[in-house]
Amino acid sequence: MEKFTTLIAIAAPLPMINVDTDKIIPAKWLKTIKRTGLGPALFEAIRYRKDGSEDPGFVLNKEPYRHAEILVTGENFGCGSSREHAPWALLDFGFRCIIAPDFADIFYSNAFKNGILLVKLPQATVDKMMADAEKGANARLTVDLERQVVVRPDGEEVPFDIDPFRKHCLLNGLDEVGLTLQKAETIGGFEARQKTATPWLYR
Amino acid sequence: MVQPAKAKPKTLFDKIWDSHVVERSDDGTCLLYIDRQLVHEVTSAQAFEGLRLTGRKVRRPEANLAVCDHNVPTTDRGKPIEDEDSRIQVAELERNVREFGIPYFPLTDARQGIVHIIGPEQGFTQPGMTLVCGDSHTATHGAFGALAFGVGTSEVEHVLATQTLYQKPAKNMRITVTGTPHRGVGAKDIILAIIGKIGTAGGTGHVVEFAGPAIEALSMEGRMTVCNMTIEAGARAGLVAPDQKTYDYMAGKPMAPKGGAWEMALAYWKTLPSDPGATYDREVKLDASDIAPLVTWGTSPEDVVPITGAVPDPSTARDDNKRRAMERALEYMGITAGTKMTDIPIQTAFIGSCTNGRIEDLRAAAAIARGRKVADGVRALVVPGSGLVKHQAEEEGLDRIFTEAGFEWREAGCSMCLAMNPDKLAPGERAASTSNRNFEGRQGPGGRTHLMSPAMVAAAAIRGRIADVRDFD
Repeated sequence: MEKFTTLIAIAAPLPMINVDTDKIIPAKWLKTIKRTGLGPALFEAIRYRKDGSEDPGFVLNKEPYRHAEILVTGENFGCGSSREHAPWALLDFGFRCIIAPDFADIFYSNAFKNGILLVKLPQATVDKMMADAEKGANARLTVDLERQVVVRPDGEEVPFDIDPFRKHCLLNGLDEVGLTLQKAETIGGFEARQKTATPWLYR
Repeated sequence: MVQPAKAKPKTLFDKIWDSHVVERSDDGTCLLYIDRQLVHEVTSAQAFEGLRLTGRKVRRPEANLAVCDHNVPTTDRGKPIEDEDSRIQVAELERNVREFGIPYFPLTDARQGIVHIIGPEQGFTQPGMTLVCGDSHTATHGAFGALAFGVGTSEVEHVLATQTLYQKPAKNMRITVTGTPHRGVGAKDIILAIIGKIGTAGGTGHVVEFAGPAIEALSMEGRMTVCNMTIEAGARAGLVAPDQKTYDYMAGKPMAPKGGAWEMALAYWKTLPSDPGATYDREVKLDASDIAPLVTWGTSPEDVVPITGAVPDPSTARDDNKRRAMERALEYMGITAGTKMTDIPIQTAFIGSCTNGRIEDLRAAAAIARGRKVADGVRALVVPGSGLVKHQAEEEGLDRIFTEAGFEWREAGCSMCLAMNPDKLAPGERAASTSNRNFEGRQGPGGRTHLMSPAMVAAAAIRGRIADVRDFD
């Protein structure tokens, strides 16, 4: 996983609520056995027209948003299916940070596992950043994970919450499986106790 | 004698959580032990590849059970899978289960079926367990009083390698359903009513315990339907306290404990229900006798309306964001505000999925289909949730009822619920569906989905438009 420290980037506005992971990446793309290459299929149904050409009205088909690395969007982003293909597709397009009033639970943990920082802010603050994003390349947002602030183009610093464990993993680009494998003995100890208490779980 | 200090009353969720904490860090994040994992072809390939690239092993192969369900054709199983990508994905899972030694039901096995149907069917799912799967509808298994939730592929890999996950404890929510449902109202209507009431993000950050007389009165199949769609209300997991129905369902299942182990397990399971006086972060109450058969009109599972109702008007939305979402949903669905739900014609009827692909669901649909005919121009599919469900339905003669009425009788799989296999809607095509999601494009690009119960889908297939099951005697 790539580290996340500070990001200064163009933010794309997507003022929609309840954006589900089917919308982020349709099921037909779930047949891949790789994690990469899904960027072109991101938001496929609303990004392309029936003939396969780009819909010029869709935000990611416009300059400068083709180069956006931050997405500002509505409540309950990432609801529905647990498919990790959704963060894979967002990352493959170039997104490293998503700002919204809230996120669906499974998407929330999937995004962090892939080095994407999700920032939860009150609706009124998200509305301001949505307006910033509408201004395009002249209004880049700065996301500083170490200090836990988003800096708006006018210099206003907006603090955000993140739990220390996720922050630590993201700042250092840690391989969580590798980290946990170092605790193999502790896990083994748990298993030994559980095997005594609830032996039917071990067949 | 000194009385021991009285322990704080715990919820069912607290008990399962506390008994699975391997390690707790200062910020509350826990390393949680995961007892079981279900594995399917769509969300596991990259996880196994991750293990292979790092030379890691599966910690407890026997704690997993693998099956192909999402991609598989529901027609002739004797032929190779036509779609190349699907064929590769199935072959990839078969290679992975061989290489890592994971128990697997192949497509030709009578026990093959949707992960969330076969787990309970085999006794793989048990009360008090933690169980995960790379699929959001893992919530289904909560019907047994197991803490079961969907995870992404990175977490699938983490569980394969370590049998644990890093998790923060969820908040406790209790949804109490009182009263007795009226004729024509069942588990699907109860969960749709709940989602309509609390919204599609209403359960975010929570584990939901379903309680009350109307939940207790449900069969295990009905409880699975309710828990299955907990994720559609935003909660990762739903729970129902285990009771005699749970134990009766489990007794004798192939992977359930036997003999002395059964007695020991049973004694433990009986300690699991929430303690009297346990507190919840949020409480919601519903009266089942207030619920009419429900259908969805829009593109979010919270867009529910009674069958006697009409398509709502976006101008009544709570705010601008919701109003825009409603307008977009109406445009996508090709319907206008004020249209009576029973005036909406359908072209396809789908009975199946992990929500409603169990024997009781097929019986409910067959009761409506019996002696009737599917309307002209309607394609109607019945896709049993597993090979065993299919077999049982055939023993009961349900297949003949369906085929005589003009329904197609298929092999087990996820099928048109998510349209990864050849069963899908054409652009603009409208379906009455027993599945769980009415998202844009969910059942095929441009397809339009109305969610409802199995009996309601059968009724819609026969009328050729969305219909009130209570009009069928």
